[in-house]
Amino acid sequence: MTELTCIICPRGCHLTVDENLNVTGNSCPRGEAYAKAELTHPTRTLTSTIKVISSNATRVPCKTSEPLDKDKIFKAMKEINEVVVKAPIRIGDVLIKGVAGSNVNIIATKDID
Amino acid sequence: MPTMIDVTIIGAGIVGSLIARKLSSYDLNILVLDKENDVGNVTSMANSAIVHSGYDPKPGSLKAILNVKGNALYPKMCEELDVSFDQIGSLTVAIYDSQLPTLTDLAERSKQNGVPVKLLSKEEVLAIEPNLSPEVKGALLAPTAGIVNPFTLTVHAMENACDNGVTLHLDEEVISIDKIDDHFKVNTTKGSYETKVVIDAAGVYSDKIHEMVEPIDYKVEPRKGEYMVLDHYGEKLVNHVIFPLPSEKGKGILVTKTTSDNYLVGPSSEFVDDKEDLSTDKLTLDDVRRQATLMVPNIPFNQVIRTFSGLRPTPTTHDFILGTAKCSKNFILASGIESPGLASSPAIADYVVENFVSKVLPLVKKENWNPRVRKHIHPRDLSEEEQAKLVKEHKEYGEIVCNCEKVSLGEILDELSRSVPPKTIKALKKRTRAGFGKCQGGFCQPIVLKLLAEHYHLDMSDILLDKDGSNICRYHTKEDAKND
Amino acid sequence: MINKDLVIIGGGSGGMSAALEAYALGVKDILILEKNDYLGGILNQCIHNGFGLQEFKEELTGPEFMSRFSKAVKEKGIEYRLKSNVYDISKDKVVSYSNEVEGFVKVKAKAIILTTGCYERNAGAIQIPGDRPSGVYTAGQAQLYLNCYGYLVGKRVFILGSGDIGLIMARRMTLEGAKVLGVAELMPYSAGLNRNIVQCLKDFDIPLYLSHTVKQVIGKDGHIEKVVIAKVDEKFNFIEGTDMVFDVDALLLSVGLVPNVDLISKLGLHFSRTRGAIVNQDMETEVEGIFSAGNALHVHDLVDYVVSEAREAAKGAVKYLNGELKNEGHVYDVEASNGIGYVVPQKIYVDEAEDNLIFKFRVRKPYKMINLVIKEGDEVIRKIPKLAIIPSEMEIVKIAKDKFKKSSNKITISVEEK
Repeated sequence: MTELTCIICPRGCHLTVDENLNVTGNSCPRGEAYAKAELTHPTRTLTSTIKVISSNATRVPCKTSEPLDKDKIFKAMKEINEVVVKAPIRIGDVLIKGVAGSNVNIIATKDID
Repeated sequence: MPTMIDVTIIGAGIVGSLIARKLSSYDLNILVLDKENDVGNVTSMANSAIVHSGYDPKPGSLKAILNVKGNALYPKMCEELDVSFDQIGSLTVAIYDSQLPTLTDLAERSKQNGVPVKLLSKEEVLAIEPNLSPEVKGALLAPTAGIVNPFTLTVHAMENACDNGVTLHLDEEVISIDKIDDHFKVNTTKGSYETKVVIDAAGVYSDKIHEMVEPIDYKVEPRKGEYMVLDHYGEKLVNHVIFPLPSEKGKGILVTKTTSDNYLVGPSSEFVDDKEDLSTDKLTLDDVRRQATLMVPNIPFNQVIRTFSGLRPTPTTHDFILGTAKCSKNFILASGIESPGLASSPAIADYVVENFVSKVLPLVKKENWNPRVRKHIHPRDLSEEEQAKLVKEHKEYGEIVCNCEKVSLGEILDELSRSVPPKTIKALKKRTRAGFGKCQGGFCQPIVLKLLAEHYHLDMSDILLDKDGSNICRYHTKEDAKND
Repeated sequence: MINKDLVIIGGGSGGMSAALEAYALGVKDILILEKNDYLGGILNQCIHNGFGLQEFKEELTGPEFMSRFSKAVKEKGIEYRLKSNVYDISKDKVVSYSNEVEGFVKVKAKAIILTTGCYERNAGAIQIPGDRPSGVYTAGQAQLYLNCYGYLVGKRVFILGSGDIGLIMARRMTLEGAKVLGVAELMPYSAGLNRNIVQCLKDFDIPLYLSHTVKQVIGKDGHIEKVVIAKVDEKFNFIEGTDMVFDVDALLLSVGLVPNVDLISKLGLHFSRTRGAIVNQDMETEVEGIFSAGNALHVHDLVDYVVSEAREAAKGAVKYLNGELKNEGHVYDVEASNGIGYVVPQKIYVDEAEDNLIFKFRVRKPYKMINLVIKEGDEVIRKIPKLAIIPSEMEIVKIAKDKFKKSSNKITISVEEK
């Protein structure tokens, strides 16, 4: 038995998952999917900033294009910390392709001129 | 500096600054040293900001004489130095019938000190101060008491002194003083200075400075006072400085408005061992609240935006120490200046110069001495026509940096261009009120920090909030970033 | 003096969505006044994700969320002024502002919407005991320095208060190389959203100390060196023997947000229990034609709800401009009763309301297995069973207005424990 707090939406349902991956306590199907994924293959959206060369900003905010394996987060941060990008940048621009050996990209979340 | 300085003043608080200003009117070369990175950073910064009338000190004492004289000097001085000063008067209130005779005694003492006062009945008090406790039994009105902005008073006094030729070295602590024949060598963390005269105006450290030249038989003990500051809010709380009856611990916990339309409640009174102890604690502040509420029952404590504490340099001699060292008439003491030090400070400066400096140095008036600082512009106080004219010529006064206190970019840039410019966020706050409001710099601190970095051509990580080591942007992120 | 149909004070997500809604409803003569040199307000520094699930049905970061609004504002050519600080408004709706380009300007508005956001409670307001060193920041300040300028305010960090910004910053600072030693919360429950507890604290093994607070700040040489945390009892008195000392170089505060209502104070208006203005069903304040929404009115849990509330205010403003908002007919005072901290709106002119009455409120403490009870006078209009309800989440209840019988002038919302 594992107890989890669902993080899919702000409601934060208290989930209980048994050995056979049966989920209880969820209010919607997304909660069940979350609990199963969390126990078998947890992922997180990672957000950070990347050093940028621009007269308007020193950092461009960024995120993973989709949730990244939880255990790759610090490896991804190391790569994010080593990159410098040049303005102009548009939301969605790929700043790092395939971060931490995954298929997930790091993309810009703000326009920088 | 010349090889032989005429006067070296140790301490750039209100006393040191006003002595420097006074001396700057004579043909002398003057150096002011302070261990802090801004003027007025200790006692002059954290006090009740009251210009007492002078009814309370023991008749005949230096405190009594100089307080009354100092009070009288305030209107002209503040006009010249462009400092907010408002003679709102003080009310010393009796809460119990048993206190009424003391009130009469105080009125008698006022007469001896030469302070105009008036005894008010309960009805008279409540008519002018409707928020006082209905338990009040009577009060002593001292109309000459006032409130002042102690931050700008000290800064502007020193600025005026520097404009008139005084040299100010901040961030430079005096380590030792050697007496050489009829003069002194002052050794600091940054160098040594030979000087004919030393003036010890070092506040809580004035006994330590004096001890550098001879053994002393008194101490200056830090006596801490804790305060609460209330935000500006719609309603009027009090119109006068409200005191309880004084006790052996001092003037007691007062409630007053400030020149910036905040309200101040405090101070507590407690001797502390550490001359740097500026801590606050809950029990003390609870007691401050309780005592203040006896006089003013409905203080909106939910409007408190800051608590702070200050240190009074309390001398074991119980009076200001103004004189010279036993070893030399050229070592002048302006020590133990606790309350009513702020009120007395202009008179202390006159007293020190007339009685001691004039005895050891020839004082020749400068012809071109200017008693005024360059006028400060506050767009918020101008008429619409004046605002329009101002912004036409100086656009930067149209941009607000501190939203709570409505401080414009123009005011900040003006401070940076003056002769005692702010180096830290706190120094800028003391001068302009940026960060003084309810958000306590939550919004403007980053803007101010950036402005300081740009002005001094420094990285944001080099800008200090206050003392050495108080950098806000302590660490760069992404230090491994490679530009390729 | 310039004339405008609608002046919106504050160009964050609330102000921009109000402008876009009013524009869509036909009011084109709009001016947005923004104090920063960018639109979007605080979302610019909220680079984490979790925004937009209600509004866009997708999960966005703060800058992405706000840029959808700022792009729309620019596309539609809605007028806005940056670095423009409103220093006064009057009951006859003259807005006085200044900026570097225009100087001091007065605008006569037909209607005004105040979307001025909120500010963080800080060390001064909560009166932290101990030394007064540097190194004590609000979480939002630390967030700005980190996300917008690239600086960490410390590498050994303790966080007081479990508000969402504090939790988010625990994760952000950890990712950027700081050690977050713990989060202390005075109350026996968290002030932040559950998912932030999980994703920001549990993911990184950061301890959350409930019923704990800072007993003493230590920093003799000017900068913070240690914080002493201790447990408190139900009356918030420290329990002896529970002290924990942490060596730190920064203490972040995430101890609540307060509506920014300087301009409401200038109008001499009353404040509600939210410390914001008192409003009616159309988000109109006590001054006709002046509206308020978003965190300036009451602090929201999600920006998505700020946006929807700002739209309600814009609808109200348009109604007002069209002469359809008269504050006439049957009126209710809405009161927060047992267990409820506050309710918005505080007044409802039911004849002028849309089909549904919308009540927004928060409970004072967490409850399990309760009913939310909405009453008109003594009569129960609706009972809503709740398995769990917590103060960190804002509740929104919609009830068709014809359920109310105009038999009383009072609507109350309360918690009924089973």
